[in-house]
Amino acid sequence: MTTLRTSPLISRETTPLGPSLRSGDHPVLFEIGSPGLWGASLPESDVPTVRREAVVPKELLADVPPPLPEVGELDIVRHYKRLAHRCFSIDGNFYPLGSCTMKYNPRINERVAFMPGFAHVHPYQDDADVQGLLELLYRLRCDLAEIAGLAEVTLQPAAGAHGEMTALMIINAYHQSRGQNRTKVLAPDTAHGTNPASCAICGRQSVSIKAKSDGRVDLDDLRSKVDDDTAALMITNPNTVGIFDEQIADIAEIVHAKGAQLYLDGANMNAILGITRPGDFGVDCMHYNTHKTFSTPHGGGGPGAGPVAVAEHLRPFIPVPQVIRKDDGTYTWSDDRPQSIGKVRSFFGQVGILVRAYTYIRSLGCDGLRDVSEKAVLAANYLAAKLKDRYPTPFPPPHAHEFILVPQFGDSGVTELDLAKRLIDYGIHPPTMSFPIHHCLMIEPTETESLATLDRFVEVMLAIADEVEQNPAVVKSAPHTTPVRRLDEVAASRKPNVRWRAG
Amino acid sequence: MRYTQLTDPQVHDMLGVIGVDTVDDLFSPIPPRFRVKGELNIPRGVSELELLEDTHQLASRNRDCTEQVCFLGGGAYDHFIPTLVDALAAQSEFLTAYTPYQAEASQGILQLFYEFQTMVCLLTGMEVANASLYEVASAAAEAVLMATAITGRRRILVAETVHPDTQRTLAAYMQQQDVEILTVPVRDGVMDEESLKQRLTDTTAALVIQSPNFFGCIERLDRIIPPVHACGALAIVSTDPIAGGVLKPPGAFDADIVVGEGQALGIPLQYGGPYLGLLATREKYLRKMPGRVVGMTTDLNGDRGFCLALQTREQHIKRERATSNICTNQGLLAIRASIYMAAMGKHGIGEVASRCFDKAHYAAERIAKLKGYELRFPKAPFFKEFLVRTSRGVDAVLARCRDRGILGGVPLGRFDERYADCFLVAVTEKRTKKEIDDLASALDAA
Repeated sequence: MTTLRTSPLISRETTPLGPSLRSGDHPVLFEIGSPGLWGASLPESDVPTVRREAVVPKELLADVPPPLPEVGELDIVRHYKRLAHRCFSIDGNFYPLGSCTMKYNPRINERVAFMPGFAHVHPYQDDADVQGLLELLYRLRCDLAEIAGLAEVTLQPAAGAHGEMTALMIINAYHQSRGQNRTKVLAPDTAHGTNPASCAICGRQSVSIKAKSDGRVDLDDLRSKVDDDTAALMITNPNTVGIFDEQIADIAEIVHAKGAQLYLDGANMNAILGITRPGDFGVDCMHYNTHKTFSTPHGGGGPGAGPVAVAEHLRPFIPVPQVIRKDDGTYTWSDDRPQSIGKVRSFFGQVGILVRAYTYIRSLGCDGLRDVSEKAVLAANYLAAKLKDRYPTPFPPPHAHEFILVPQFGDSGVTELDLAKRLIDYGIHPPTMSFPIHHCLMIEPTETESLATLDRFVEVMLAIADEVEQNPAVVKSAPHTTPVRRLDEVAASRKPNVRWRAG
Repeated sequence: MRYTQLTDPQVHDMLGVIGVDTVDDLFSPIPPRFRVKGELNIPRGVSELELLEDTHQLASRNRDCTEQVCFLGGGAYDHFIPTLVDALAAQSEFLTAYTPYQAEASQGILQLFYEFQTMVCLLTGMEVANASLYEVASAAAEAVLMATAITGRRRILVAETVHPDTQRTLAAYMQQQDVEILTVPVRDGVMDEESLKQRLTDTTAALVIQSPNFFGCIERLDRIIPPVHACGALAIVSTDPIAGGVLKPPGAFDADIVVGEGQALGIPLQYGGPYLGLLATREKYLRKMPGRVVGMTTDLNGDRGFCLALQTREQHIKRERATSNICTNQGLLAIRASIYMAAMGKHGIGEVASRCFDKAHYAAERIAKLKGYELRFPKAPFFKEFLVRTSRGVDAVLARCRDRGILGGVPLGRFDERYADCFLVAVTEKRTKKEIDDLASALDAA
């Protein structure tokens, strides 16, 4: 660790990206290859060629195929290999990105998802052809209802934000079934940005509720804002500052007294699996993020899946079709839900992702899921305790599965952004920055890291704190080891270049 | 199976550092009455071997498309996937990274999305594209919301020939927004152009049309889009990206927003998802576009690099004023589609489209000659899919096909009673002449 502490630049040995990738620009796809090349092959045609002009109006026919790149197979392989090398990932790096639950993604999830019986079935095949898959989906929806402590789950939504939107549609339909059109949705000002954005998609007005200085909901503010026009309160618990709000029963009571619904943003479910259930603490409706809680891969930004769990009184409104088990023990899709909101996407859901979530839940079981949350919470509290002398946490322990710290670098001029960029030099992916409060880092180690990795993170954070005192310039100009230095993000938005143009 | 790595002695030491006695103490803010007593009603964990047995048993009860001949379509197609797609997309740097907010640590994925956006533009004939949405139906809904924001109008027209799932999804989204939907009826397999003209007014925000449409037929975008523009509305076209190998892309007809289902670009069927929502538009609407966008820029040294651009449109900055609520998109599928488009290239995409076209026309000709079968829309041009009407009972003939290991088509009665005697046949480049002949003989024998 001596080099880490003293060297202004990190030695090659600790460089996360290979030295051969350090220098020089990597060409974009459109700069390589030669006319006539391609990286695949097809059999010779065994049917007559149709004269296109004879069957399609010539106005609609293309003269030439679209000018996609023309690159040979080996160069395509090298292109994507090099791109892969230029990415931090869970498999390559500690990735404590708060609120995103960057846990290990077990290889077996991928293996199962690619079994032909799951990967190569068509959504319009006969139910009799897909009984195994339907049973899997049915089991998964029951498991997710049990984990939530709620009555029923729809697997249809495509991601967390899509689940939020679906849930708000369900809540709106519920109120409308009672002859009410409630137009307001409340959410704490520390809520994920998707919460108010989902309100807007659902045509509702989003109203902020204040958080107190200890990170918990201000009940007086809540009482003053919840009224007969309030459709729901969207809450995250444990919340986005990493605290379980123990006032949850009061919150539920205040919301329900006005006939509003309590919605839980399930982004932080990794902290409470098998320990407490949203349905038990008053939640009417919630979504899961399978790519967070259930280890389906994050894939460079997706795909996720956003199953929504609902209490008994919301069941009539969930999307159709729903996978059901018939009396004879076979499985099918049911459209029989006359008050349903309808469909929020094509077909049935992110099935390939749901297969991975099922695989994960089966592998861990009830005992392993509880162990997940215990270790996730333990790891977060351990890091917070080890760092607290140099990096104070504005909200007191115990923390849930993540915690917030606000770096205090005095008059060095070093910011949380600089700290984040410097972590990259040490091969660590930066935590979430500046959310949910200004100048903070939100750190979520997850349950899958070893003690050695947690300790190295502490060591690196302390080393950077030393650097800030002794050599702040090296921190302010970080990163130094990456294929590019700090990028001009302002120019990227002011004069956007979002597609390649030849010449 | 557990994926945690903290041993009991380590846990003990960590608790000491934290200053509590037990792990349970860390959960003290959770009121005891809300704590789970005992265990959840979920089976206990199993070993890898047991898990493989369980999942293999479930998988083996599905009859998949590798052991049958698939003529099913209706928005999901059995196209050939080059080996490179699986091999390169499985790299764990792609699989286990997240949204590239930290540009310096994510140059690979950022560049990849930039290339993806460019290739989507090339296939659709549009100027700009985002880095993906969930799938086509919700992408169409996003496009409509975008059109209502651009035009300030709250009435849309939707062609009856658009995929029923897209229509139902549009209905669910627009019901929230009090956006009125009017349907434009079908005539001879395509949207009726006269009805469109009757319904277009100066309050119309957009027309949503699909080409090739749900029945496989090619819409007359050259004649449809000008009247839409004449009344100040936007043309939203849902398309099959593969069709661009034979047909002019929607951008060539001045479409304003193009959405598409990217499943055909190297994504396995997976029983309907996860697929890939495409959205491309005109440069002038860039700042109204939903979803993530990657831009090219320069670093401190003036070297070329990539980062997320125009993030001020997005929910994590703009919250309720964002252009969309989307956060997680379909990154890994965009990666697969990119590799597919790179591998196929200009030549390959033309070849794939030509084979689909030729084989579908061969199949249609064979089936139309059979007694008791006819093309439902014989006048309409089609690309890789067509609707067949039979007097022999749809369920019966498809059951006979299944007995021979052939998935003969999608029965349309489940969507619309008017088509109860019809089924939709899709023919991709994977289907051989012999397989098509086998389908014809199975139908003939049914």
